[in-house]
Amino acid sequence: MAKFHVTATVNGEEVEYLCDPQQTMLDVLRDELNLTGTKEGCSSGDCGACSVILDGRLVCSCLALGAELDGAKIETIEGMAEGDELHPLQQKFLEEAALQCGFCTPGFLVAAKNLLERNPDPTETEVRYWLAGNLCRCTGYDKIIRSVLDVAAEMRGS
Amino acid sequence: MPNLARREEEQGSKMSGFQFEAPASVDEAVGVLANAAGNVRVLAGGTDLLVQLRAGIVKPDLVVDIKRIDELNTIRQESDGSFLIGAAVCGQAISENDALHKTWPGVVEAMDLIGSTQVQGRASLGGNLCNASPAADSVPGIVAAGAVCIVAGPNGRREVPVEEIPTAPGKTSLAKGEFVVAIKLPPRPAHSGDAYLRMIPRTEMDIAIVGAGVNLTLDDQGVCTAARVALGAVAPTVLLVKDAGAALVGTKVDEAALTKLAAAASAACNPIDDKRGTIEYRKKVAGVLAQRAAKIALERAGSN
Repeated sequence: MAKFHVTATVNGEEVEYLCDPQQTMLDVLRDELNLTGTKEGCSSGDCGACSVILDGRLVCSCLALGAELDGAKIETIEGMAEGDELHPLQQKFLEEAALQCGFCTPGFLVAAKNLLERNPDPTETEVRYWLAGNLCRCTGYDKIIRSVLDVAAEMRGS
Repeated sequence: MPNLARREEEQGSKMSGFQFEAPASVDEAVGVLANAAGNVRVLAGGTDLLVQLRAGIVKPDLVVDIKRIDELNTIRQESDGSFLIGAAVCGQAISENDALHKTWPGVVEAMDLIGSTQVQGRASLGGNLCNASPAADSVPGIVAAGAVCIVAGPNGRREVPVEEIPTAPGKTSLAKGEFVVAIKLPPRPAHSGDAYLRMIPRTEMDIAIVGAGVNLTLDDQGVCTAARVALGAVAPTVLLVKDAGAALVGTKVDEAALTKLAAAASAACNPIDDKRGTIEYRKKVAGVLAQRAAKIALERAGSN
């Protein structure tokens, strides 16, 4: 079966790849582009571990096909830090221990970044609802929510 | 690579082979759909289809992505006040449209209840309708609204009331070569309001045990001149309950009218017993929710 030739922008850089119609966006990111920071959890859109930003919207990369993405603009966890400088959310997750095993963390970070870009001053309830599609089976959610709220406050202050 | 092999075996989730097309216009899409051999699936947001593909529930020969078509991704308000919502517009974009939210809060809130933020970034009104789940949250809202679908097909375009699209769980009335281009919400008279409520056992991200959409219009004296009530998850398809709407017309939507509405809603249910709810529970809750949704719609109608 013929492969699809796709040109997309990933973390600000134009990339080209070939994919089968059956490959999801998650498969393409991990297996074709070697961007393995995006994690495969449930592969059914329930857990949010594979969260990425597609044309400005937070999506589960397991729920899109690689062949759909010609011309798309994609942001993944790999684009979050600037060189050696962590994004404030990444730094805060470390400082406040908002993770244990870390598997859900890239998805939470990408989702939280998308939230703060849209709403710099979310309430706790808004953060909890926004992140309801990201599951963490280690820590519970309090440290994660607190970290996001703390970063929001710091980013507003600076 | 034993680990990889095991992973695939455990998941048992390799999608079966299919061709993929992404037409750039409605006409091109109709051509692709009409000429396709075998089983074809239309791909909008993909939040149901991708899950079904991976689980092997559907094994199409061809998947047709309709998101390359501009009209499918656009919300437009016509000069008569009606709204055309492209069938592939995602839930988040629907919620972000202030004019639509102000005019049809029930429709927008129903769509917004579907799934997580991630799902809202992809899932569409057209997809939710054509996936034909009895529990689709957005469908009672648009049925109550009196919405029609713009359907494109080999014989051109036709308008179909949205409640005529789903015919059974997972089945639609769309003929070969047809697909839904947009959902059209009618012009809105003054003093109109709509609302959608659903019952789930948790606060977020669950499938409705019962869903109820109500849309009504009042005259200047506060007498109801038109009302539509639609129920989800209580029958093989979303139901338009004409008796429940009729119970409000000619009244000031008082307690007596609301009691009649609730009785009509409960009586119209033909639900199943499943892990989410019993027949008895669903019937009872359908009446209660329809009544509560009507009260919200009434309040909204009174404020415009």
